[in-house]
Amino acid sequence: MELLLGQVFNGFSVASLYLLAALGLALSFGLMRVINMAHGEMLMIGGYLAYLTLQVVPGPWRLVAALPVAFVGAALFGALIHVVLIRRLSARPLDTLLATWGLSLILQQGARSLFGAIGVEVTAPAWLDGGISVLGIELPAVRLFIIGVAIAVLAGLALLLSRTRIGLLVRAVNQDRMMAAATGIDAGRVDLVVFALGTGIAGLAGVMLALLGPVTPTVGQSYIVPAFLVVVMGGLGSIRGTVAAAVILGLVGSLAQISVDASVAQVLMLVFVILFIQIRPEGVVANKSRALDV
Amino acid sequence: MFRLKRQFVVAAGVAGVAAFAPFVLGGYDLNLLARFLALSLLALGIVLTWGHGGILSLGQGVFFGLGGYALAMHMKLTPLAPGEVPDFMMLGGLEALPAWWVPFGNPGFALLAVVLVPGIVAALFAWSVFGRRVGGTYFALITQALALAFATLLVSAQETTGGFNGLTDFQVVLGLDLNGAEAGRTLYWVTLLVLALGWAGVAALLASRFGTMLRAVRDGENRVRFLGHDAAAYKIIAFAVAAMLAGAAGALFTLHAGVISPAMVGVVPSIEMVIWVAIGGRTSLAGAIAGTLAVNFARDAISSAFPDLRPYALGLLFILVVTLLPGGLAELLAARFRKVAR
Repeated sequence: MELLLGQVFNGFSVASLYLLAALGLALSFGLMRVINMAHGEMLMIGGYLAYLTLQVVPGPWRLVAALPVAFVGAALFGALIHVVLIRRLSARPLDTLLATWGLSLILQQGARSLFGAIGVEVTAPAWLDGGISVLGIELPAVRLFIIGVAIAVLAGLALLLSRTRIGLLVRAVNQDRMMAAATGIDAGRVDLVVFALGTGIAGLAGVMLALLGPVTPTVGQSYIVPAFLVVVMGGLGSIRGTVAAAVILGLVGSLAQISVDASVAQVLMLVFVILFIQIRPEGVVANKSRALDV
Repeated sequence: MFRLKRQFVVAAGVAGVAAFAPFVLGGYDLNLLARFLALSLLALGIVLTWGHGGILSLGQGVFFGLGGYALAMHMKLTPLAPGEVPDFMMLGGLEALPAWWVPFGNPGFALLAVVLVPGIVAALFAWSVFGRRVGGTYFALITQALALAFATLLVSAQETTGGFNGLTDFQVVLGLDLNGAEAGRTLYWVTLLVLALGWAGVAALLASRFGTMLRAVRDGENRVRFLGHDAAAYKIIAFAVAAMLAGAAGALFTLHAGVISPAMVGVVPSIEMVIWVAIGGRTSLAGAIAGTLAVNFARDAISSAFPDLRPYALGLLFILVVTLLPGGLAELLAARFRKVAR
């Protein structure tokens, strides 16, 4: 029973990482139908930015300073990628996959040249040591913090999309790009803002990964493939769908690990997604539309 | 669009010239060429699925690996006396051969498995995805997850797959002594023959009604469906054929390299396979072979001279070719020829 509860908690903890990694992907995919294969490297950049911030800023609350640095740094990087690469390829989704994968190779090697292949350590601050004991299981504070950040990001994003003018424009372009453009909305700029926002969130995810283990040039890779599966399962760019898919996959992965080892659990996650497609090919949250190619 | 007879003549001509390579090249260079020709066989499949079917698979390494492991398992079993198990299983503490290894002792079964296992796996996989009208970017992402899952599974099942090191140290294949003087040449010719047959086969497929329908599905899947055709069936068949080619390529590559390991089947190698074709020209069979040879020889040269530069070069190549030259080298040459003809 305790094992089960522990794995459920682990599932939510992993799910919050999947969610932070997948939100940006889902946002841009819903809007532009492109997947940025270098998204994992945005996590990596966030991790290294956290490391650098902790080198410079003193005091016990310096982790709090690392969060905005990683967000803004990764967002700026994302904006650059969008302007230089994504925008030029917007009509060719599959080619975007390949080009951004090339970028991911370059970024990984760049990190290897700058910081070394072994990776750098980010020590979690003292206030994240220890944990809370609930129902006989020990919940590590770091994991709780990560879940908290994921919920905060989600709430912020929901507010942004539903309450602000930017959110209104994003929803307009999301629903009907041509119509939105016809009413005078600069769809290209909306794309840019959403893409940068998404990579910024990935930067935050990178800080979370840095709390759990060393930041290496390939740190993003271990979470990015599950994040891709979350996007596949979530339904076209739907935030609610992405959250549901992240939680489901997180739970599937960690509950499977009760009886099988981690690598088989990974296979089971993939099998689960393929089976899920058989029942709901349009994803957890379906986009209600009569258009043929939504 | 496809002058089939001319393609056959060109393919036969090139293969005829290439057949003399063993008399010109040294052992090491010949081995490299043979490896890359084996990889070209896989590239033909990518032309079929990606170039003409619009299906981007980032998991061709899986089918390459299935073919490679099928033959490698047979070669591990050949020199054993009854009741013995391969060396790495002994180290892993396994006393008896796992049941799913046993049939690979039979050469006929192993050879069939080289193409049929990847073909069947690919057909089932494609049927489960395309059958639900999931495709495009989703398919690419799912195939990548497949490549990751396959590679991790191989590594984790150390006692039965050889784990991270894979299967290596082969002595004999179908009566041919792999350490003998003639082995290199013989295997080279076999590879060349299989590649020429593969080229002719895929060219014929692309020139047939099936090829026309496949391109129609690529350019307007819904229109094809509305005309009463089963669009998914064309994609499933194309994907399965590409997987069989990848399986054969994997088996041949394993023979030349003397090893098959998870490092050759995972996410990164799988996506590199696409770049060979992207550079050569995604719709051109000759371009795909040329691209495979060019990228791999260049990679071999760069890797030994400047190992750190390889990711930069490969990444930049990816970005530049895809953004600036989507038709690859074949398109560049075709434009030249048109200009000359005019």
